[in-house]
Amino acid sequence: MIWRYILKRVFWMVPFLFAVSIVAFLLIQAPPGDFLTTYMAKLGESNEVLDQATIDNLRQRFGLDQPIYVQYFKWISRLIVGDFGMSFEWRQPVSDLVWERMGLTLCLSFATLLFTWAVAFPIGVYSAVRKYSIGDYIATTIGFIGIATPNFLLALILMYIGVVYFGSDVGGLFSPEFKNAAWSWAKVWDLMKHLWLPVVVLGTSATASLIRIMRANLLDELNKPYVDTARAKGLSEFWLIMKYPVRVALNPFISTIGWVLPNLVSGAVVTAIVLSLPTAGPLMLQALLSQDMFLAGAFVLLLSSLTVVGMLISDILLVLLDPRVKYD
Amino acid sequence: MTETSVPEVSIRTGQRNRQVAIASQWQLTWWSFKKHKLATVSLWVVGLMYFISLFCEFIAPDNPSKPNRRSVYQPPQMIHFIDKVDGSTRIRPYVYKMNRIRDPETLRISYERSGDKIYLKLFGEGPKYEFWGLWETKIHLLATENPREKFFLFGADRLGRDMFSRVMYGTRISMSIGLVGVAISLVLGILLGGLSGFYGGRVDVVIQRLIEFVLSLPTIPIWLALAASLPPSWPIYQQYFVITLIVSMVGWTELGRVVRGRFLAMKNDDFVVAARLDGVSEARVIFRHMLPSLTSHIIASLTLAIPLMILAETGLSFLGLGLQPPAISWGVLLKEAQNIISISQAPWLFIPGGAVVIAVLAFNFLGDGMRDAADPYGH
Repeated sequence: MIWRYILKRVFWMVPFLFAVSIVAFLLIQAPPGDFLTTYMAKLGESNEVLDQATIDNLRQRFGLDQPIYVQYFKWISRLIVGDFGMSFEWRQPVSDLVWERMGLTLCLSFATLLFTWAVAFPIGVYSAVRKYSIGDYIATTIGFIGIATPNFLLALILMYIGVVYFGSDVGGLFSPEFKNAAWSWAKVWDLMKHLWLPVVVLGTSATASLIRIMRANLLDELNKPYVDTARAKGLSEFWLIMKYPVRVALNPFISTIGWVLPNLVSGAVVTAIVLSLPTAGPLMLQALLSQDMFLAGAFVLLLSSLTVVGMLISDILLVLLDPRVKYD
Repeated sequence: MTETSVPEVSIRTGQRNRQVAIASQWQLTWWSFKKHKLATVSLWVVGLMYFISLFCEFIAPDNPSKPNRRSVYQPPQMIHFIDKVDGSTRIRPYVYKMNRIRDPETLRISYERSGDKIYLKLFGEGPKYEFWGLWETKIHLLATENPREKFFLFGADRLGRDMFSRVMYGTRISMSIGLVGVAISLVLGILLGGLSGFYGGRVDVVIQRLIEFVLSLPTIPIWLALAASLPPSWPIYQQYFVITLIVSMVGWTELGRVVRGRFLAMKNDDFVVAARLDGVSEARVIFRHMLPSLTSHIIASLTLAIPLMILAETGLSFLGLGLQPPAISWGVLLKEAQNIISISQAPWLFIPGGAVVIAVLAFNFLGDGMRDAADPYGH
């Protein structure tokens, strides 16, 4: 039964991913002109001129003289075998450029998700159990401010504090000596030392809304008769709360993977640009601004796929963890 | 004491009950809204911000785009009210004049407060402007008594432009993008949500999948890609319209869900069934019978959607993909603060960020209060 549900959900992914690829393709097609005109303009800047034969050759290779659905088909069929095309700006295959950055983006998003849970869980439980206490009010206030402050503003303020009061530049993910080094434990440790700032910046708004959700859900559960029963039977207050109502109220935590991930990926783009992190964001922005379309398209597609997959994972986890959720 | 006060109370509640019994739904909603202190305060804040956007030319003391060479990065000046001259005390607003000092070695410019005062007056004369494009005037809310002098409540930016005036003008664009964007999402949300809830079945499945799809997309990369395809040479109003359109593409999903849920719940209510059995056309059932009972919910969802759009516009403009400079919005202003060197020199460039936070908070509280009040029969 459960396997059938999972299979069905995975099957549903196909049209979703298909739609995502169409959106990504249309987006990169939207600007006036095509890849080639941009490419020639780029070459023209460095006084290189392409002869007509090469232009025709390229035009044919990318199918630029054909209708748009043929172009889409060419793009997607090469994409399935892992060929994302060439980046005109970097003169490198796109796949060489994107993977490390996507890996770091994934790493950052995952770390932020863990941070969000680790912070929101205890504070949410505390706020609900000690409703209207000073701690609850403080948590609520910080939560509201967290929701209202744009990520990039928070990043800027933290950078400002870093520069003015600590005299250090807090941007980036690696120290200079590790920037181009091969992966090693020392580099991973260096990454950890830099990761906390973007994690805090990114995680704040998601944490704030999770706290609110956790608090509201737990408050609903705390008044239910089974809690009284357990208390009457003499269970200690801590175990009582942890064992029953918290587990029931935990559902939204799982389902948040679905909606937090799109927000994280979105937020990560802007935050990364402000903090100049070597993740997908800055390179994508640059690619979009210089109309480096294969590169930009690859990023839009990969980032969107990431969130679609996140949605799938959260749906499956929800069914696994809560027998009340019907899978049909 | 208690014996006398009890009947008094009961009479009062009795009156209250009678009032409640005959009150219209709007009256009930208003009463339950007023119980939320935070929401009421937020209503004032939002009202003030829209007031500012309507009258920003009048409220801003200076032309927001005019560079002043002599006041580059001038720090903010505080308004003082109590003026002591020769032992006598008067209430008269003034700011202290700032003197420009250039360090002889580093050539760095800094400002120092001098003892001279610049007196301000209400409804004084400042730079000329066109009031709503109708007539020309020089009257500003606050102006220096000597029109040749300038004052900077929020400091000045890298070209010496008055930040206060710029924030006021930015309020107009940022706050109205929220409104216009919400109007577009309103149409989309009601149309698609209504169709989905009213017809159910296959239409519902398709629209629900569409909403899920839109929700699963990471908005900012998509916006960036959309915005990057706009030619930057477009005139401001065209940019403004397209950015609003882009921004409103997320707002409708939440509204669509609310409308769908309500339609589903209401579809089999007695009054709807009665109307249908009476042979009322479908359009009339939807617009005359179902939508009016949704209005308060819709208004609440709209209020909660506005801050999302303000944040979206701010983010896009901040990255340089939204509105482009001569246009002034909070995001465009914050773009100036992108550079760590300029903000460490002039932290007052963060002020537009404060405006964003206040606006978003106010809309959130207002929306929360409205959502609770939207269902006055609920509790």
